[in-house]
Amino acid sequence: MDLKLLKLVTIVAEAVISDKIVREIKELGATGYTITAAEGQGSRGVRASEWEGKNMRIETLVGEAVSEAILQMLATHYFPNYAVVAYVEDVRVVRGDKYV
Amino acid sequence: MGTLELIQLNLLSPVVLAFFLGMLATLVRSDLKIPDELYQALSVYLLLAIGLKGGVELAASSPGDFLLPAAGALALASAIPLWSYIILRKVGRLSVPDAAAIAAHYGSVSAVTFLATLAFLSALEIPYEGFLPALLAIMEVPAIIIALVIARANLPGRTSWGEVLHEILAGKSIVLLLGGLAIGYAVGREGFAAVEPFFVTPFHGVLALFLLEMGMVAAQRLPDLRKAGPFLVAFAIVMPVLHGLIGVFVGNWVGLSLGGSVVLGVLSASASYIAAPAAVRLSLPEANPTFYLTTSLAITFPFNLAVGIPLYYAFAKFIL
Repeated sequence: MDLKLLKLVTIVAEAVISDKIVREIKELGATGYTITAAEGQGSRGVRASEWEGKNMRIETLVGEAVSEAILQMLATHYFPNYAVVAYVEDVRVVRGDKYV
Repeated sequence: MGTLELIQLNLLSPVVLAFFLGMLATLVRSDLKIPDELYQALSVYLLLAIGLKGGVELAASSPGDFLLPAAGALALASAIPLWSYIILRKVGRLSVPDAAAIAAHYGSVSAVTFLATLAFLSALEIPYEGFLPALLAIMEVPAIIIALVIARANLPGRTSWGEVLHEILAGKSIVLLLGGLAIGYAVGREGFAAVEPFFVTPFHGVLALFLLEMGMVAAQRLPDLRKAGPFLVAFAIVMPVLHGLIGVFVGNWVGLSLGGSVVLGVLSASASYIAAPAAVRLSLPEANPTFYLTTSLAITFPFNLAVGIPLYYAFAKFIL
C-alpha cells in the first residue's frame, strides 16, 4: 500500500489549555487532530487543572513545516508557565495526502 | 447551645463526614476513585439545582427584600479581594501574580460550603431567605475580575481581555447558576414541581458523594502545605474567620435574618475552587497553583466545613 512520510506531533498538556492549543494548531495548518484524556506526573508535579479534569493528549498528523510551526507556537505561548510535553515522530501514513 | 456542641452537631452530618471519609481514603491509599465524568456530572447537578431552587424562591420574594442584601453581597465580594491582595503583598511578600491569584480565590465563593451551611441551618431548624443562591451567584465573579485587573495594572503585556472574560462568564458554574436562577424564576413554584423530585430529594446524597471526592482531592494537597509556608497557612485560617465575622455583621446590617446573616458570613469566608482556578490558570499562568489551590482547597474549605460554619453562627447569634 502507498504510504506517505509525515510528522506525528503529540502534545500532552493541562486540560485547561487544550481547547486553546487545538485552535492554534488548526490555525497553523493542521487539518485534523485526535484528543484523548491522559493521566500522569511530570517535573511540575500535580496539575492546577486536576480539579477541572486531567491532562489531554493531542495528536496531529502534519507536514514538516507545520510541525515546526506548532513546536514554535508551543515554545512561545505555553512552555514557560504550563505543564506541556511535545514531541515529533516520523510516521508513514495510509492515504497521507489527506493531511497536508 | 455552646460553640463546641454546635461544632459537634455540624461534624455529625453525613455530608461533612463524607468529606473526611474521602480524606481518610486518600491517606490510607485506598483504591477508591470517583470517575472524572461522574464528578463532572455531580457538579453540574449541584450547580443547576442550587440555581433552580434559588430562582423559584427569588420569584416568590419581593424585590425590596432582595436589593439591599444583593448590594451588601456585591460590596463584600469587591472589597475582600482588595484588602486580601494588599495583605498578601505587604505582609506575605508574595509576587504580584501569586497575590492576585489568591485574592481572586478568597473574594470568590464556594458553592459547596454554601450548601453545607444550608444543611447546618436546616438541622438546627433555623429559617433563611430563599433568595440566598442569588447572592452566591452575585459573589462568584466580581472578585476574579478585580484581582485580574489589579494583576494587569501591575504586570506588562497580558493576553486579551475578551478571552479572560469569556472564561469567567461562560464557565460552567456561572452558566449553570445564572441559567438555573433564570429558569427557576421563569417557571415559578408550579413549573418547578415537575422536576422537584429529581432536584430536591436526592440533593443531599449527591452532595455527600461530591464531598467524598473533594475530601480525596483536598488530602492529595496536604503534602503541599509545607511548600505553602507558615504565612499562607495562617492566611488561609485567619482571613476566613475575619471575612466570616464581617459577612455576618453586614448581613445583619442589610436586614437579613439570623440564617441569612450566617450564610452571607460563610459566603464571605469561603474561597472558590471551581470558577477561580480555571480562570486564574488561563489568565495568570505565572501564579503558582500550589499556593492558591492548597490554601483554598486543603485549608480554608475543611476549616469552614468543620469549624467556620458553627463559629459564624455563634457570632451571628451573639450580635443579634
